[in-house]
Amino acid sequence: MLRIRRAEEAIAEMVDSGEARCPCHLSIGQEAIPAGVCAALRAGDTVWGGHRSHGHYLAQGGSLEGLFAEVLGRTTGCSGGRGGSMHLIAAEHGIPGTVPIVAATVPLAAGAALAYKLRGEARVAVAFFGDGALEEGSVHETLNLAALYRLPMVFVCENNLYSSHLHWSERRLADNLDQAGAFHSVGGERVDGNQVEHVEDAARRAVARARAGAGPSLLECRTFRWRGHVGASPDQDVGVRRRGELAEWRERDPIRRAEILLATDLEPYRAEIDQEIRCALASARSGPVRDACRLEEHVCVS
Amino acid sequence: MRQLTYVQAIHEAHRQAMAADARVVLIGQGLWSPWYAGGSLDNLDREFGRGRVLDTPVSENAVSGMAVGAALAGMRPIVFHPRMDFLLLAMDPMINQAANWSYLFAGKASVPLVIRAVINRGGEQGAQHSQALHAMFMHVPGLKTVMPATPADAKGLLLAALEDPNPVLYIDDRWLYSQTGPVPEGIYRTPIGEAAIRRAGQDVTIVGISWMAAQALEAAAVLASQGIDAEVIDLRSLKPWDQGRVLESARKTGRLIVADSGWRTAGAAAEIAATVAAEAFHDLHAPVERVTLPDTPAPTSRAEEQAYYPGPAAIVEAARRALGQTAKACGTVGAAA
Repeated sequence: MLRIRRAEEAIAEMVDSGEARCPCHLSIGQEAIPAGVCAALRAGDTVWGGHRSHGHYLAQGGSLEGLFAEVLGRTTGCSGGRGGSMHLIAAEHGIPGTVPIVAATVPLAAGAALAYKLRGEARVAVAFFGDGALEEGSVHETLNLAALYRLPMVFVCENNLYSSHLHWSERRLADNLDQAGAFHSVGGERVDGNQVEHVEDAARRAVARARAGAGPSLLECRTFRWRGHVGASPDQDVGVRRRGELAEWRERDPIRRAEILLATDLEPYRAEIDQEIRCALASARSGPVRDACRLEEHVCVS
Repeated sequence: MRQLTYVQAIHEAHRQAMAADARVVLIGQGLWSPWYAGGSLDNLDREFGRGRVLDTPVSENAVSGMAVGAALAGMRPIVFHPRMDFLLLAMDPMINQAANWSYLFAGKASVPLVIRAVINRGGEQGAQHSQALHAMFMHVPGLKTVMPATPADAKGLLLAALEDPNPVLYIDDRWLYSQTGPVPEGIYRTPIGEAAIRRAGQDVTIVGISWMAAQALEAAAVLASQGIDAEVIDLRSLKPWDQGRVLESARKTGRLIVADSGWRTAGAAAEIAATVAAEAFHDLHAPVERVTLPDTPAPTSRAEEQAYYPGPAAIVEAARRALGQTAKACGTVGAAA
């Protein structure tokens, strides 16, 4: 969690300074969800994300240098400098590709789960998506298909209450996303997304059900992002209410809560992580930028 | 060589591919129906099991997305759309995801997916059951598009598509299903991106796409009886398309007709005409002619359908215009058919 926090704070600084120019969607404040869910996974499982996936990538073990270099458009980035912040890949760590079309990877995760099931592999696919994604039809289609074929997958809704600038109450009448799967026979559970052990416990149960062939589950993890939808600023432009909410949610800092849970001072870890980040940033900055003469490369693979 | 119909060739390609490669799965609508796929997938569910031949709910978007995910997870899915009109509900997984994946991740991953879509025209079915939308997909980088016109290519292009590491849109046309032709018995591939010369000629080049490739051959026979020696090229692949073979022929004859089963504006024929005009302008003796559907949705009434779909007569007319043998027609060529 701390690694995700500090890495994203470093990216935020690069966004502010203009060094990072691609759109960066930060998950600061939401770190307990990728940390808790990915702790419940094992090698061979896959994690499917979206535009706000630095946390998923790092929680799965993706390299810091690969992330920073990607954000800076270097060929040494995890996606060869082609993707930027919104398109991360680390197949060796179970990240087959994150993309920013809202909800796009939810059916892709189901397809991977279908492949595991057909081949008789005890692997699980996890689809991470935001609360806005549950307003996309394809997620409801996928919930039904995943239930129908009893796919080994877990739907993880990171409900940070806002879809870009719109609060959930401006998009729905009822605060009931944990029930989104019920009509499609997918059981749901609401979890405090800022309490990492709660997230991990719920994820372990859902992953165990999926791996045992008992089908998919939906976890609604309640959280709040501290920064804007995109960029480094705290998004104050959307109004006074959000400013008040942010103050409340900072009191529920998942990292501070973890410190209390562990009864440990994380400061020594912070120094270690910061050193790691400094090294990764230095390496990333020394990577070559993509060359324009390779513009037409990789349209197709041969 | 053994003769098969076009639909039998499609069926055999699926059957042989599934028997040879456990990664091949079929997913889409109508796969367990005795009629939905026009005989092209009969009994594959019984032979290979319904776990591998999934007849899905009507959820084109998520089903296509699942096929993309399965491809990324090492399978070789064929996602099936019995009418390509319904493909429009699956544009995100096809274009945003499958077609872009390799580019976005600098070739570190790609989507080896076959999307099979059927053009199901005529029969008074109207605008939402009859569309030939291939030009839209030809526009998209990273997506290959093939349209077989013969039984041998119906099989060979499907098998080639399944072996391609990139997403391939395979479009077959129900109007071709009863055509017969020689089809090799084993597994073979028709190279993607290679056109076929169906008839050699000196006076005019006719490039035909899908159903219109068959119509072009009929037109060539009529033209021959009038003393005009037409060369007929079956394009077979729209993306990539065989520019070399088309340009060589156009330079030789100096006259080009492009006969396409899609709409006129920004259609496949427009792309081919523009390329030939740019690359072979000084070898052309006449303006490039396009024979296409008019820019209207598909009608339902029988009389309007007959006016809507161009046949050999429209191609003959276009060839004669290119040779200066008739006055320039007014109105759209398709409507003149």
